[in-house]
Amino acid sequence: MGVVLYRVDERLIHGQVVIGWGRRLDPQCYVVVDDDLAAQTWEQELYRLALDGAQIRFLTVAEARGELPALQSAPERTLLLTRDVAHMARLAAGGLMEGTAVNLGGVHHRPGRTEVRSYLHLDEEDREALRALAAEGVTVSGQDLPEASRVQLEALLS
Amino acid sequence: MRGSAPPPVPAPGPPAIGVRGVVVGHGDMARGLVTAVTRIAGAQDGVLAAVSNEGRGPDELRATILAEVGEGPGVVFTDLGAGSCTLAARLLCRERSRVAVVTGVNLPMLLEFVFHRDMELAPLLERLQARARDGIRVVAGG
Repeated sequence: MGVVLYRVDERLIHGQVVIGWGRRLDPQCYVVVDDDLAAQTWEQELYRLALDGAQIRFLTVAEARGELPALQSAPERTLLLTRDVAHMARLAAGGLMEGTAVNLGGVHHRPGRTEVRSYLHLDEEDREALRALAAEGVTVSGQDLPEASRVQLEALLS
Repeated sequence: MRGSAPPPVPAPGPPAIGVRGVVVGHGDMARGLVTAVTRIAGAQDGVLAAVSNEGRGPDELRATILAEVGEGPGVVFTDLGAGSCTLAARLLCRERSRVAVVTGVNLPMLLEFVFHRDMELAPLLERLQARARDGIRVVAGG
């Protein structure tokens, strides 16, 4: 089954992901790609407890790039998360994610970011990373929950 | 005003003695629960605050809860154990040793809290948990 969902979501493991998408896609493993979190074992434990037993791994971008082909061809269903677009773009660099789709979920307001959708706020850096992601052959769209309508990247950037 | 003392600053209302509560939930849940508590137990100014995670990133959510709960003692009530509200609350506990987090908030739990928030934190938490569980019963059907 491979990677059933690539998602950018600041909250990473939370209700929308575990219940909203998780019940639909039934992932056996969550992979969080984040250079900071990969080194923060205390924070990792919080996310692990929140999952109530499901498997979760925390990888740096470099580690994830090494493992991605195996994750994509493995029989297990994996849900891969980053908390910003920049991490996903670095993961995709060099065509590593060509032909895949990335879902943009929760990117929240902070100074400098403007609202694109209620669940999506972007600054110029985010937009640049989104264009880089698209240039790697990745289909990018915004959609907070499975039942919500999907908004294509062009509409998000216009 | 020459030489005269400045008028006394009116003292803020009496500090809320006892444990402070902050309800954190998805959508309008926290506000709705706190409103329900005030309908039953009267106004809870400075006692029970409501925070929604709507539109708040992890850092902002944590800062908002922290501002509401103060230095403690306090209880952060959250809706889902596997949610961003609980995660933010648990992260905050690292900065506040006298703040506890209770998941699965319900109305019986909050009523028990506002009536017993003069208790010590540990026995209060036991009490809240018991009351919240007792509040769930199948009374018909099945």
